[in-house]
Amino acid sequence: METQTITQQIGEITEKSVKSPVVEVSGSEALLEALIVEGVETIFGYPGGAIMPIYDALYDYSDKLNHILVRHEQGGIHAGQGYARTSGKVGVVFATSGPGATNLVTGLADAQIDSTPLVCITGQVFAHLLGTDAFQETDVINITTPVTKWNYQVTDATEIPEVIAKAFYIAKSGRPGPVLIDITKNAQIQKFDYTGYTKCDHIRSYRPKPIVRPQYIQEAAELINSAKKPFIIWGQGVILGSAEQEFKTFVEKSGIPSAWTVLGAGAIPTDHPLNVGMLGMHGNYGPNVLTNECDVLIAIGMRFDDRVTGRLDKYAKQAKVVHLDIDPAEIDKNVKSTVPVWGDCKETLPMLTALVDKKEHTEWHDKFKDYTRQEVEQVIEKELNPTTAEMTMGEVIKQLNEITKGEAIIVTDVGQHQMVACRYAQFNNTRSNVTSGGLGTMGFALPAAIGAKFGGQNRTVVAIIGDGGFQMTCQELGTIMQSGIDVKIIILNNRFLGMVRQWQELFNSRRYSFVDIQSPDFVALAAAYRIPGKVIDDRKDLPSALNEMLNNKGSFLLEVMVTKENNVFPMVPQGCSVSEIRLK
Amino acid sequence: MENQDNEKQEFNITVYTENQIGLLNRIAIIFTRRKINIDSLNTSPSEVESIHRFNIVITESEEVVRKLTRQIEKQVEVLKVYYHTNEDVIWQELALYKVSTDVIAERVSVERLLRENGARVVVLRKDYTVFETTGHREETDNLISILQPYGLIEFVRSARVAIIKDSEGFNSKLREFERLEPGEDVIENEYLNKGQKVFTM
Repeated sequence: METQTITQQIGEITEKSVKSPVVEVSGSEALLEALIVEGVETIFGYPGGAIMPIYDALYDYSDKLNHILVRHEQGGIHAGQGYARTSGKVGVVFATSGPGATNLVTGLADAQIDSTPLVCITGQVFAHLLGTDAFQETDVINITTPVTKWNYQVTDATEIPEVIAKAFYIAKSGRPGPVLIDITKNAQIQKFDYTGYTKCDHIRSYRPKPIVRPQYIQEAAELINSAKKPFIIWGQGVILGSAEQEFKTFVEKSGIPSAWTVLGAGAIPTDHPLNVGMLGMHGNYGPNVLTNECDVLIAIGMRFDDRVTGRLDKYAKQAKVVHLDIDPAEIDKNVKSTVPVWGDCKETLPMLTALVDKKEHTEWHDKFKDYTRQEVEQVIEKELNPTTAEMTMGEVIKQLNEITKGEAIIVTDVGQHQMVACRYAQFNNTRSNVTSGGLGTMGFALPAAIGAKFGGQNRTVVAIIGDGGFQMTCQELGTIMQSGIDVKIIILNNRFLGMVRQWQELFNSRRYSFVDIQSPDFVALAAAYRIPGKVIDDRKDLPSALNEMLNNKGSFLLEVMVTKENNVFPMVPQGCSVSEIRLK
Repeated sequence: MENQDNEKQEFNITVYTENQIGLLNRIAIIFTRRKINIDSLNTSPSEVESIHRFNIVITESEEVVRKLTRQIEKQVEVLKVYYHTNEDVIWQELALYKVSTDVIAERVSVERLLRENGARVVVLRKDYTVFETTGHREETDNLISILQPYGLIEFVRSARVAIIKDSEGFNSKLREFERLEPGEDVIENEYLNKGQKVFTM
């Protein structure tokens, strides 16, 4: 059926706005028009009573907007996150009122803490029913206020173009984040005179990024130039700011060893000679220990999460700290900075690069290499080239690296497999590591991988998931089946909720309290969704199984049975300083 | 400096915001999330149309207050946030006292007490009289204890409103927000350079 949308009738299109002759449209149509102008291609959603008018309008827009029917709203929002993280664009999610909206909350919290741009549209009961405990009514605005960058309830259709424009602008500008727009059913139905859509580029009370103060750049450069043992730690801000190139130039000119937070992985390739590894609780040995030895710590687009800093009062106390961040609220929040460089690192990094001296810091780099050698001997070798009968998670990742050559998008869930994957996966490209960092949301990976496939265009997407997390959102296999999404799924099955078990082993005298989890036959479960699969428990089958998975046209589930009681090391125990990191 | 930062005292937080439904909650949860009690909260339209002003009083260390104000200022619909110690502001609370008119008439001393405490009659009826005072908490508290023996019928006190001593240019700055074109960030620098006195992004 040939449909004509309003944007096809218009006379004037500029980059910022689409003007339309005055036409009468419903609030729902205005919403979909807005999405088209904003460049939305894919929507992840689930219909329901209070969002029916929008879905009715969507019926006529199915040639322009690709709607993926998920199996649960949490799956929808995680898919939106996966899409946003790999594409750099705003993820769009539809859900109905009441339970539909409350099912978004986990994803909103996850997107809020991990700064993921999302616009979520929820249906709401008719405006005259608000506050009456109507069917499927819930106070979604107040429920979601702490977990959204901005939210707004629309009760009148005429507000829709302006509010949606604002929503997209807020979601993606400055430090990105999730926005939720709740639209009452009457506003979805209501007809009004539509004159077009203008993108938002300014809100008077909102300053997406602070102005860069050259004085601080100067001071930062002086500190860096005078440093004997400077150390760069970078986070997702580099990726969110699309400043990977600027960052690389800075690192290469300054010659400073650089380590990453989990969400910063891939901003520069894993095998870049100045990339010294991962920070934090399960990060690499050198970066953690030497944090407490460096003289100038340069933090870029990261927020000193407690999983990175360990015990705060023993964190880098000897160092002068230069903190580059776009969000002023992050400056001095956890770690006091000597020089705060507020601003978008895409702007500040080139300014800093211009002022720093070209150096190599060879001796200082050797220290990192020393620690790497120790870590390889005591931890990495055992993990990647085990001599035990059972497979380790690490060797699966290593094999995967060899086949994908670091080109795949790796989506991980939460727990031991996540830490192992982040530690050992090879990332050649930015926007390749999709994981739930700040919130640690089990069940994130499978739906996020669905979104990552759309966001990553034609790139290979491999979801690496534990046996526990997989069971939290495995209903999304239905989405993969119905929409024919090519996602490769690896379940690393250790028959335990491994990370909690590890803590119970180390800190609770092996009192394994409710971590022994049974699983269904995952391959049979996948088969029920017409997804081919395989289970292996012998390492000689690993390369061929991985090849079979990657070469399969369409999705594939590979279950790998790994050692039951393996621990992720190194580890900074809770309450300990980063330099007290344990290798066993 | 370090000690001063960690010592708890009353802080007056002034927030300029858009007039938006839900914003009160968005600001309130910044405190409740950290289990910080709001001692006093006043919100009312500012001198500029559509811009509201919050006066929030909390007892906390400066370090905590500084972080809180940044979190508040980060909210999309918040225009500006400032924090000040009690020494930096002039503040008042309004209090209303309802007492029996008979008691007032019978006992002249009460009238004198009210006069001595700067109370003003708002309503005078046969059955009751309503007095008003403005002042600091101790002053209104004091008058309550004085009136208690004479049968205080009802009492109410407003939130604190505070005016900042060092607020030159506030009004003109606020006026600039009225203009809807992209905000000129350079203006911020003047305030940034004033250092610690005025908090701003």
